[in-house]
Amino acid sequence: MTAGKPSVVVIDHGSGNLRSAERALARVGADVVVSADVSIATEADGVVLPGVGAFAACMAGVHAVTADALVRDRLAQERPVLGICVGMQVLYDAGEEHGVRTEGIGVVNGEVVRLNAAILPHMGWNTVSPPAESQLFAGIGQQRFYFVHSYGVRPGGVGETVAVHGEPFVAAVETGALSATQFHPEKSGDAGLSLLENWLQTLH
Amino acid sequence: MSVAVRVIPCLDVDAGRVVKGVNFRDLRDAGNPVELAARYDAEGADELVFLDITASSGSRETTYDVVRRTAEQVFIPLTVGGGVRSVDDVDRLLRAGADKVGVNTAAIARPDLLGEIAERFGSQVLVLSVDARRSATESASGSGYEVTTHGGRERTGIDAVGWARRGEELGVGEILLNSMDADGTKDGFDLEMIEAVRAVVTVPVIASGGAGAVEHFAPAVAAGADAVLAASVFHFGTLRLGEVKESLRAGGYEVR
Repeated sequence: MTAGKPSVVVIDHGSGNLRSAERALARVGADVVVSADVSIATEADGVVLPGVGAFAACMAGVHAVTADALVRDRLAQERPVLGICVGMQVLYDAGEEHGVRTEGIGVVNGEVVRLNAAILPHMGWNTVSPPAESQLFAGIGQQRFYFVHSYGVRPGGVGETVAVHGEPFVAAVETGALSATQFHPEKSGDAGLSLLENWLQTLH
Repeated sequence: MSVAVRVIPCLDVDAGRVVKGVNFRDLRDAGNPVELAARYDAEGADELVFLDITASSGSRETTYDVVRRTAEQVFIPLTVGGGVRSVDDVDRLLRAGADKVGVNTAAIARPDLLGEIAERFGSQVLVLSVDARRSATESASGSGYEVTTHGGRERTGIDAVGWARRGEELGVGEILLNSMDADGTKDGFDLEMIEAVRAVVTVPVIASGGAGAVEHFAPAVAAGADAVLAASVFHFGTLRLGEVKESLRAGGYEVR
């Protein structure tokens, strides 16, 4: 790792556009590697679990590279993990799509369900309501962030930032070493870069 | 508070260069899509669309390179359309850094392509681009709108509203609805067409074609558009993104 720069591994489990996440993290000062090799992620200062598409397909990719064990081990050692979009959803107990229930990694309590909204996917820039103690949203709680999803988690847990599309859902969660956003910080312009910078500051 | 109406500039890209005359005097190279994308990002664009109009397939590599360089510098969503014919084309564009891919003619020829893309990458990456115009005769098309190809010159006999709905059933995550009648007129969006499509789909609808003045945008949203797209009015500096958003805000809509 470069002196002074936090090292971050973005887990490549075959899901979508990782280039943006890589470049956005590098832009705000991380030493970033994109890799499917979870062994190099064990010692990184931070691990990003990305994900787009279907919950079940994302979990299959997570299992294939054993990222589920990586996430559990890191959190047990209080080492930071950031889930993004479906990479956040799979941190929960389970997800249900088209009547099929798929087990998640299960490091956060809750289930991912289809949002009750007139227009889906929820696509675009929405406001969020972070808790006062949020580190991710320090200084940017009034900004909008870019969402693309049809499923989400209903609020009710701790450390939750809530947004509304048809109904309230968890836009982000911060609990211990675990951080996750339903929106895409790497696609949320300056606000998203600030959020990633805030996350980097929690890495030690 | 709710999700903001998106205002989206569209760039036509031919062999790696922006065409249709772009008129930003302070840009070093107004034909450079990466530079223009950064400029629109700075001006508050909510997303960007690149429409690849490159005729020769041999120049596709240039397109991937442009997408790659844009994604490295611009951290807002990027949709790339034009000439997308296969699941592999989508894969290459996503790997280059596109967030969404627009499919048009290839899906008309083979609708199952939509389902194949959605299954592999998820609906959220898939935009169905519909170029439609009012039918000359009622019998040609149930809704009165017909899908066209080749820049509106070729009729397909396919009902545009039915096609949008079919697209949703096949798994598209968004409809880019372009009025070929209104396109280039600067007389405003085809509001009836937006209403007709809005009535039958539950995915977001991007209205395109006809924007010529700031007052044109709010009515498109009132008609049911979730996002509004324009090209030349932004490129020529006729309208600025900021004033379009101001006008939408004045109309009671949330913008970023």
